[in-house]
Amino acid sequence: MAVTSVIREPLVTGGKTIKDVSHDISRQVEGKPTKLWWMAMAISLALLGLGGYACAMLLWHGIGVWGLNKTVGWAWDITNFVWWVGIGHAGTLISAILLLFRQRWRMSINRAAEAMTIFAVICAASFPGFHMGRLWLGFYWALPLPNTFGSLWVNFNSPLLWDVFAISTYFTVSLVFWYMGLIPDFAVIRDRAIVQGNKVRATVYNALSFGWQGGAKTWMRYESVALILAGLSTPLVLSVHTIVSMDFATSVIPGWHTTIFPPYFVAGAIFSGFAMVLTLLIVTRKVFKLEDYITIYHIELMNIVIIITGSIVGIAYITELFISWYSRVPYEGYAFYNRVVGPYAWSYWAMMTCNVISPQLFWIKKIRTSIVATFVLSIIVNIGMWFERFVIIVTSLHRDYIPSSWTMFYPTWYDVGQYVFTFGIFFTAFFLFAKFFPVINMAEVKSIIKSTSEKK
Amino acid sequence: MDADKNFVVGIFNDEDVLLDGIRKVRSSGVKIQEVYSPFPVHGIDDALGYKKSRLPIAAFIFGMTGTSLALLMQIWMLGFDWPMIIGGKNFASLPPFIPVTFELTVLLSALGMVGTFMIVSDMKPYKWPRQYDIRSTEDMHVMAIDLAVNAGKSKDELKRLLNESGAVEVNEKSFE
Repeated sequence: MAVTSVIREPLVTGGKTIKDVSHDISRQVEGKPTKLWWMAMAISLALLGLGGYACAMLLWHGIGVWGLNKTVGWAWDITNFVWWVGIGHAGTLISAILLLFRQRWRMSINRAAEAMTIFAVICAASFPGFHMGRLWLGFYWALPLPNTFGSLWVNFNSPLLWDVFAISTYFTVSLVFWYMGLIPDFAVIRDRAIVQGNKVRATVYNALSFGWQGGAKTWMRYESVALILAGLSTPLVLSVHTIVSMDFATSVIPGWHTTIFPPYFVAGAIFSGFAMVLTLLIVTRKVFKLEDYITIYHIELMNIVIIITGSIVGIAYITELFISWYSRVPYEGYAFYNRVVGPYAWSYWAMMTCNVISPQLFWIKKIRTSIVATFVLSIIVNIGMWFERFVIIVTSLHRDYIPSSWTMFYPTWYDVGQYVFTFGIFFTAFFLFAKFFPVINMAEVKSIIKSTSEKK
Repeated sequence: MDADKNFVVGIFNDEDVLLDGIRKVRSSGVKIQEVYSPFPVHGIDDALGYKKSRLPIAAFIFGMTGTSLALLMQIWMLGFDWPMIIGGKNFASLPPFIPVTFELTVLLSALGMVGTFMIVSDMKPYKWPRQYDIRSTEDMHVMAIDLAVNAGKSKDELKRLLNESGAVEVNEKSFE
């Protein structure tokens, strides 16, 4: 008895059966790593080593090795922090918000997107950590732990402290959510290893799956847990970038002190996150031959999310400009005038081109269903989103209230090295994940095979 | 005959057939031990007559614990233990405490609920599951019926019942 909707496009193509799903997705976990994987891993480890050197130098000499100066006290570090946190948002949007909306197309992409969230948050957290200078004391300073100064507690009125709680909660809950999804799939690999007679793999994956058996009662509880985790993650993901934006919005710096920031940052986060998901998945589906699971239809739907969030971001840019003129506050007006035509105008216009103009190309069906165009545009969007944060942070700071303090920011090799380091972490972690963990949620895809698989 | 040792195992390859099968087996007075599936089957909890999970209640209680602890911690630390003048504001003013309160509510709720789930489902990394059929994580739904619990029916009767209920294969399985 096959029920295939005549209205909706199939989510899984190639006439796959339930058995094929297990086979196609467990295959790369069970096989030897390919040459391509070793090459990718070598490049990631090289980035990690190079960046690791920059980090070691930073810890040895202190953050004076960065290009920061008295006027521009925040630059690449916080730009990269916000950029990485933003990228993480797509994973939670796909796994939690689309689950609440019962969007079944999330099922083939949520695993990789959530993994990306977790690795991106690790990368993001490294920047405030290193910025404290003494990484090993970071926990002690940032958390309300008893100390010998009184105890002198942390300041709960500060958005920077809210950020500590927001990011660490976000990381923990995303990790738990992701791991919950992995448990039944680890059991699939364990049972296949038992059949294949591989005892070591069976033991390892059994431990990872917590002895999962898949009884109806456990599934019932499991679904209830997944639904509530989605319900908790939805406001959580919105709160995280809201609080990140408050790092700026609660200050009195012209260009930062705006109430538009929370929704504007959240939309931008989802925009850049979806672009990163596309960049990664276009490569992953090709390397692991998953074209039947991550179809052009999935890519098209993600591109539609990019048009929507990209347009929201565009409206936010224009609103900011309008309000800076309409408010008649001279400082606010100058901050934006300086962004558009000042010495950093090139970064403002790079941001405008990459974030507002280029995603509009996705209105054309041919472009949003083209793999090459999507891949190129997804990278352009992430370059644009990096410039957005750079523009907000550096152009607002480099023209201080006192013109004698006016200056420019020039990154040193250590700024660059720190950024390279996070790419090293991100790709090393992602390639390890792609090799040893099932990259697609098998249990969820199996549950929709009967209704949305294309029949041969 | 001891309970929890000797089973008749029915293998199903389609979730809709399985749901009808469960209803049929249960209506003939046979008690099903458990049904193992590779993916969650919609409506199986009703068919098996399971009560709704109380995990949402656990999540709520853990969440409220997080809310209270976070508020108490912040009010006590900044309001009483070491009051600090920050921008001339009240020592313990509620609005700036909301973000941390929210985050700790979510954190405790999520961790507490998942921990409870692990405990009630008896999930441990060193535990090997008892497998009625190795295909139950791959592509087959596996229905296990305990012979000792259903002593009123003979083994052959149970097998015939499973075959009539749509099982594609019926096996016997014994555990030590």
